Amino acid sequence: MDLAALRLSVLLAVLNTLALLAIGLPIAHWLTTTRWRWKVLVEAVVALPLVLPPTVLGFYLLLAFSPRSPLGRGYFAATGRSLAFSFEGLLVGSIIYGLPFAVQPFTAALARVDQRLVEASYSLGEAPLLTFWRVSLPLALPGVIAGAVLAFAHTLGEFGMVLMVGGNIPGETRTLSISIFDAVEQLDYASAGRTSLLLLVVSFSVLVVTYSLQRRSLLA
Amino acid sequence: MGTLSFDIQKRFARGPTVRATLDLPLDQARVTVLYGPSGAGKTTVLRCLAGLDVSDSGYIRFGEERWFDSAARRFVPPQRRGIGLLFQDYALFPHLTVAENIGYALRRVAAGERATRVDEVARLLHIDDLLERRPGCLSGGQRQRVALGRALAPRPRLLLLDEPLSALDAPTREELRGELRALLERTGIPSIVVTHDRVEAMALGDRMVVLAEGGVRQVGAVHEVFSAPADLVVARVVGTENVAPASLVERRDGLALVAVGAARLWALDPGRLDGEAYACIRAEDVVLQPAPATATATSARNELVGTVRAATDEGPLVRVTLDCGFRLVALVTRSSARRLALAPGAPVAALVKAPAIRIVPRSPGERS
Repeated sequence: MDLAALRLSVLLAVLNTLALLAIGLPIAHWLTTTRWRWKVLVEAVVALPLVLPPTVLGFYLLLAFSPRSPLGRGYFAATGRSLAFSFEGLLVGSIIYGLPFAVQPFTAALARVDQRLVEASYSLGEAPLLTFWRVSLPLALPGVIAGAVLAFAHTLGEFGMVLMVGGNIPGETRTLSISIFDAVEQLDYASAGRTSLLLLVVSFSVLVVTYSLQRRSLLA
Repeated sequence: MGTLSFDIQKRFARGPTVRATLDLPLDQARVTVLYGPSGAGKTTVLRCLAGLDVSDSGYIRFGEERWFDSAARRFVPPQRRGIGLLFQDYALFPHLTVAENIGYALRRVAAGERATRVDEVARLLHIDDLLERRPGCLSGGQRQRVALGRALAPRPRLLLLDEPLSALDAPTREELRGELRALLERTGIPSIVVTHDRVEAMALGDRMVVLAEGGVRQVGAVHEVFSAPADLVVARVVGTENVAPASLVERRDGLALVAVGAARLWALDPGRLDGEAYACIRAEDVVLQPAPATATATSARNELVGTVRAATDEGPLVRVTLDCGFRLVALVTRSSARRLALAPGAPVAALVKAPAIRIVPRSPGERS
């Protein structure tokens, strides 16, 4: 098995999960509390990666990362590195691609928190942000964990977007799924089988954990 | 302390417009009951006072503070109003213990001081043995006390209670009613209680505000509002009921003799009665007959001799106001009104059976 690819995939998945918690929770909180009439637009943008072919997303990201675009030029000026075909670029792509898998469970869990508990907290003098921290988040925790786990598992298995944005650079952008593709192309079925089995087992366990958490949160 | 004055107006997309204007003096700690049928906007008024809903227009002033003023675009958020709010179904934090619930508002207080205050409040409410439990394993009555303790812990300046007893089963409600009144008196915090329950209004309130058909219809002492409704809307909302302050004279055979005005009445002994109370008699339960030639002794029949003060037609019935030691309203048919010649000044006797007199205690009796 390609250990460098395994290490890279796990690192990418961990960083992506943390980033999705940091970005996804505020978005989910905003979606459950806002009365803005066009919030469907935000919901649609967040959900877009669910229906968009990964290659399309990857193509647009590649354009955005290129030295000719302001984003790519700015990042190169700041760090001396290119976003395209780099680990950072891969991480940015994974965050955007993973957003719906995190935000949707977060939003569902936060929406289930009884609004009167939030109001009770306000009437007891607690500010909105600390109310989120002390009341909404603890009560939505099973859903938040489920979302994080889904995002983690999904990052492990990404292929199309990775291939477009990251290419196949060992130690930099060569993830587990790329390594499986490579092994099959070289007719190394034994190696591809081992890696695939690993991903299968991980994915299955993740789903078992997620569903049991969701069941518990529904019963609670 | 000043006055709580407000003018709250709120329109609902597919519903009525709620409008309530009121000035409530807060100098003595008094319990004001906000009474009205469901849909009258009681809860809306309470939520606007708490800052959880925003009135479309108007103002809310608490003493010198302006909590809301639509003209000046001023809104003080609920966090900075210093109110204690009791939700109808209590809204306890399910993931926190009873102690953590009570101490919730005391986050900025040092841990030791917080624990002292939580203990103090828990003892006041007799829940000091429940502190480590979670709301999920408490009875309805216990939950109500925890919610009350949570609201009281930060020493609010105003208590708002939304149907505080409606989530309880009937026996618990009976038990907690008197207790709640005593507690509200003891805390010394001015309170506003929303209710649509007449007995609750009588048992808890000093002052009563009737909210019906989109506005405040009457403000006054509880028994005054019940006995002398200001208009037909209030009369329909509070029912035709005589409510008069009563005090216990003696008990015998499960009956209680109470003094009401200059009269004495035998009623069923409600228990836990040792002080202030209200005697309630439905106007339909008063039977009128010709005044006897000689006065009879007071019996369980409660024969009261008096004079007619007024008689007005009310549909097929006649509403007769009597003076028989206290003000008593009776509803009789037109034919019997004619037979008895019920004109103002005429003598008449009123009969009220003991079971038809309901005694609502206002301060709890000794705990047995």
